[in-house]
Amino acid sequence: MGKVLSINQYVRAQSLDEAYTLCQKKNNVVLGGMLWLKMQRRTVGTAIDLCDLGLDQIEETETDYRIGAMVSLRALETHEGLAALTDGAMAEAVRHIVGVQFRNGATLGGSLWGRFGFSDVLTLFLALGARVRLHHAGEMALADFAALPRTTRDILVGVIVPKAAERVVYLSQRNISTDFPVLTVALAARDGGYTCVVGARPMPAAVFADEQGVLAQGITEDSARAFAEDIASRAVFGSNTRAGADYRREICKVLVRRAALALAKEG
Amino acid sequence: MEIKLTLNGKPVSASVDADTLLIDFVRDHGCYSVKRGCETANCGLCTVLMDGTPVLSCSMLAARAAGHHIQTLEGLQEEAADFVGFIADQGAEQCGFCNPGFVMNTVALLRENPDPTDDEIRAYLAGNLCRCSGYEGQLRGIRAYLDSRKGEA
Repeated sequence: MGKVLSINQYVRAQSLDEAYTLCQKKNNVVLGGMLWLKMQRRTVGTAIDLCDLGLDQIEETETDYRIGAMVSLRALETHEGLAALTDGAMAEAVRHIVGVQFRNGATLGGSLWGRFGFSDVLTLFLALGARVRLHHAGEMALADFAALPRTTRDILVGVIVPKAAERVVYLSQRNISTDFPVLTVALAARDGGYTCVVGARPMPAAVFADEQGVLAQGITEDSARAFAEDIASRAVFGSNTRAGADYRREICKVLVRRAALALAKEG
Repeated sequence: MEIKLTLNGKPVSASVDADTLLIDFVRDHGCYSVKRGCETANCGLCTVLMDGTPVLSCSMLAARAAGHHIQTLEGLQEEAADFVGFIADQGAEQCGFCNPGFVMNTVALLRENPDPTDDEIRAYLAGNLCRCSGYEGQLRGIRAYLDSRKGEA
């Protein structure tokens, strides 16, 4: 394969202000893990590297985890505190992504900034009620960030995961291991209710509350099935080379039902 | 731009373009074990260790590696020699093109987890593709090495 990505200049930013100023130019790009950028056919003016800014740390406070944008997916996968917080869902959400070497390079910031339709990471972090910290725009809910226009030029500094989820389950369906998912589902019990996120529809992950209170009286085989039917009827699905919309809808019913039952089991 | 890094234990200074990839940098410095495969970050052939961590050199800028320790199979001959014979005994190499990447990632696995289960081996090596073998040979080879090590203990 010939060279498809050209970069004219590389800068290791020495401050967030410097990175922010540089990224205002349309032709400049902030580097995450560079896994997806590498495959693009484009010419980048200045590649802005945040690797000197100490954004590769995971800090725990009394109320939340604060995860730097340059933390690798592998670090998320192996972090004991996040494993305990999510009942292992954090590792489950990333362990299927290509391989260990890929996950050592891929960053949380790059994964979320892309708001990729296939994103396992976006699916789980939405269910966890995460918030993002942007250098210029400040702190906002991840769901709000996900809806921002792709022309937004800011620096994703870090992600805040509140210790609010009582329980969370992550499930995905793949045609073959390490491939993109056909569908992703994360279900969390938090803030007195249930939050269900469905991703890889193949559009980006969408958040659903239990609006009809299907699970309000407890999770049973029947209520889990009814909840799954409700989510599948409200979610919009599309088709791509991996699966058709109808197939995704059927998979959604299965994964949401299983997630609900697993949530009940964990509780 | 000028970069300085440590390649297989030796300090290296070089002038690189902003978009020079680490795979091209190490091959330009004689590390031909690092293979160009898919170039889409999927096959693991280009695996190198950066500060001991396995990464894909096809998807990393040489400039980002500046200041770090990079190791390729050329610098890990002694450590790899412990177990590559077991893989060869299983005929797992076949064409051999994927082998350096497999060996590099196995080195990383065994440093991180000296006594992995078969499922842990499969999970860790999932990002190393082999079009010849079906992977069972590599697994048998690593298992045979681990079993032999237990026998020595």
